[in-house]
Amino acid sequence: MTAWLLRRLAAALAIVFAVVTLCFAVIHLAPGTPFLPGQDRPMDPAVVERLRSRFGLDQPLPVQYARYLGALAHGDLGESFSQRRPVADAIAGALPNTLLLTGTALAIDFLLGVVIGVVQAARARRRLDMALTNATLFFYSLPTFWLGLVLLLVFGQWLHWFPVGGVTDLILYDSMPLGLRLLDRLRHLALPALTLGLVGAAGTARYQRAALLEALGEDYARTARAKGLAEPRVLVDHALRNALLPIVTLLGVALPFLLTGAVVVETVFTWPGLGKLAADAIAGRDYPLVIATTLLSSVLVVLGSLLADLLTAAADPRVRLRA
Amino acid sequence: MTPATWLALVAAVLWTTACVAWLRRRAGRASGDAGRRFFRHPMATPGLAVLVFFATIALAAPLLAPYPPRLQLDIVQLQNLPPSWLHPFGTDLYSRDVWSRLVYGARVSLGIGTLGMLLAVTLGALVGATAGYFRRSVDAVLMRLVDVGLAVPRIFVVLVVIALWDRLAVLPLVLLLGCTGWFPTSRLVRAEVLSLRERPFTDAARALGAGPWRVIFRHVLPNAAAPLIVSTALGIGNMMLLEAALSFLGVGVQPPRPSWGNMIADGREQLATALWTSLFPGLAIAVVVMALNAVGDGARDALDPRRETA
Repeated sequence: MTAWLLRRLAAALAIVFAVVTLCFAVIHLAPGTPFLPGQDRPMDPAVVERLRSRFGLDQPLPVQYARYLGALAHGDLGESFSQRRPVADAIAGALPNTLLLTGTALAIDFLLGVVIGVVQAARARRRLDMALTNATLFFYSLPTFWLGLVLLLVFGQWLHWFPVGGVTDLILYDSMPLGLRLLDRLRHLALPALTLGLVGAAGTARYQRAALLEALGEDYARTARAKGLAEPRVLVDHALRNALLPIVTLLGVALPFLLTGAVVVETVFTWPGLGKLAADAIAGRDYPLVIATTLLSSVLVVLGSLLADLLTAAADPRVRLRA
Repeated sequence: MTPATWLALVAAVLWTTACVAWLRRRAGRASGDAGRRFFRHPMATPGLAVLVFFATIALAAPLLAPYPPRLQLDIVQLQNLPPSWLHPFGTDLYSRDVWSRLVYGARVSLGIGTLGMLLAVTLGALVGATAGYFRRSVDAVLMRLVDVGLAVPRIFVVLVVIALWDRLAVLPLVLLLGCTGWFPTSRLVRAEVLSLRERPFTDAARALGAGPWRVIFRHVLPNAAAPLIVSTALGIGNMMLLEAALSFLGVGVQPPRPSWGNMIADGREQLATALWTSLFPGLAIAVVVMALNAVGDGARDALDPRRETA
């Protein structure tokens, strides 16, 4: 177990290292350099040279690469062009918001997805199942940002049930007592988390239904029925327990999906997280920030798949964690 | 819309119906029951119809769009008009006909999705087959590469490249989407090839003196076609959703060229007053992606009868 964990951690580290190298390569593959004098910005060659040496761009590539890695190891991600502050600061501000959003969305995704899957399996091939199959297919096919816009319009602008953006109320939040503050945060969280969660839940439900139907055809389900158990108990106590396993492995897939969705959903709901940071950074050609968000997202994905493997092993005694 | 374009629309619907009916009849007659299993899926027929219809309007766009997609009709008087007989999907902020833009946008959105996925499937099949057939160090190197590729959420890679190269034209965008989309396909193909290479028919091919590439292309890959077709159908939808998200963020297809994603972005600011400008392109994406998923599910039922989904 410990050996397995160490091996997986080493593999995870290697993947992150490869992503870092890839990012570095992509930056240097890109055409142009930051201080190239152009027709529209004539610059004294001496000034260009000084700038290049100040930022280490006159060094050979291997030296630049070593410096880049060294800085990264110290947590120095460079300076954001557009925000005029260290990239690490910008990210530290955004990460908790993204984790809150994706965490809530993940909970909605799995809870709702599993429940819908169970309901469908219980009513397999009847009218309710068919209706839910079509509904999940529809939600699964929606562009996340468009669903966000529609929810925003209906529940934010028409019904005024939820605020139309941000993490907290800009004006009143500071003067609220603790309970109201919590409520205010929840109200702001509801729509973006629901947007991400609904699309994810549709996918999870499709998986869950298929896994349950397969489990219901297995020998152990027949045994349970032969013992005289009622069908609901066969479904929940016997089929579901086995059909939940593939869902746990889905966790590894869900994280990249949620982070991708977060980029657009955070933009729609002006939610100041990692995704909006990346989207804004690209609009401002702020590539240290874009690269840092990419790195961080891949770290999160690698950790997520590691976690999924650990959970699978914990839930399924047949899986042995061998190095 | 003029009576001529309404007529063209009716013709497109009739053509779609005829195509689907013809396909169904052929499937019923064909040997083997893959075709019949496909159409037994409840959503397969409507899904196929939607795809044929949108492919038709994309190809015949000049006949079906009453106005050029970039034409600003009358910026003062015809701005944000609600849907009417003349403009079935209304007009947008710049007084452009939303239906015409939707029709031409189908070319861009469907084209990027299809071409990008074709590229991704080709790359994925090549890499997966190479890794699965040669195994050992080739497999190890290629699959570690795929591990890295799968570790980064695709949208971030695409954003980095776009940030560094500035805005991309449509063709580089297709290349970028294709080159970042082959990782899951390669894993799928590798798994298939690993088992296919142990079958007697590949032994027979080798015994007859076929070289590794001949065995891969003539004997192994054709037998891995079924899962490949299914994942392609599902992958085109994902590709379209990604293109839409990028265009929505303003870094995909550049205005004034219409894509369904940037049409939604255009209408975003006036959602409350001119809902139709982003409602219809959003529905178009949803309907087409849903059709692709339904056809993919149907294809899985038809080609891979061991697994049952919907």
